[in-house]
Amino acid sequence: MEQLIIFVILIGLGYTAGTIAERRHYRSIEDRELRFLNLPAVTVKNVLSRDDEIFKAWLVSGNVVISIDYFKRVLAGLRNIFGGEVRAYETLIDRARREAVLRMKESAHGANIILNLRIETSAIGQSANRRKSIGSIEAIAYGTAVTLKKTE
Amino acid sequence: MILTNIETIPGKSIVEHFGLVSGSTVRAKHVGKDIMASLKNLVGGELKGYTELLHDSRQQATDRMVEQARQLGANAVVNVRFATSAIAQGASELYVYGTAVRVE
Repeated sequence: MEQLIIFVILIGLGYTAGTIAERRHYRSIEDRELRFLNLPAVTVKNVLSRDDEIFKAWLVSGNVVISIDYFKRVLAGLRNIFGGEVRAYETLIDRARREAVLRMKESAHGANIILNLRIETSAIGQSANRRKSIGSIEAIAYGTAVTLKKTE
Repeated sequence: MILTNIETIPGKSIVEHFGLVSGSTVRAKHVGKDIMASLKNLVGGELKGYTELLHDSRQQATDRMVEQARQLGANAVVNVRFATSAIAQGASELYVYGTAVRVE
């Protein structure tokens, strides 16, 4: 009985706190994505045509570790029984990747474009070596920031 | 030392190749941070302690790679790649590798 009560409390806590945190995070991601519209990050390597225009090139990266809440973890566990799309994890990974790209852009002061963007994800934390559950995931985004010479 | 993850340094030309350079580090996390992280696992959200830890360790791996490149006489590393692997419970390895070159 006691265990059931604790379980219900944990689910309720996970649901409310998790939903609020996720909504707030998405709002902040969308705001910042709008601000960085003028700094494109592309996955190709050779969009620049004339080499003499380039002032500086350097490596930039951004990373974030995000954890899933208790409610979604239980939900995803139930999903494992019936199969199908696991929405709970989709939003988690989406948030992590977009946050990592934004942090990379934030660290690229003065860049005009970011070339060869790469995104990697890895499961870390206590359950990293356990097959059944994903505890938290890390997303890292990196690329080559390029600053062009100002053309008069 | 210039680092890029494309085959060239834009605006410069490569005059000499020195081959592969790499740096790695294995880090375990702090118990205090781990307790905080397991609390965070209930409500979800960013695990700031882990983010910083991984960022710092990756920086250290990069520094080791740069040091190796410097000993070879290189002044740039091109085609840099990052790799992460969880090797044991609570510890992860961060590996950085690239090609050391001299540019002008």
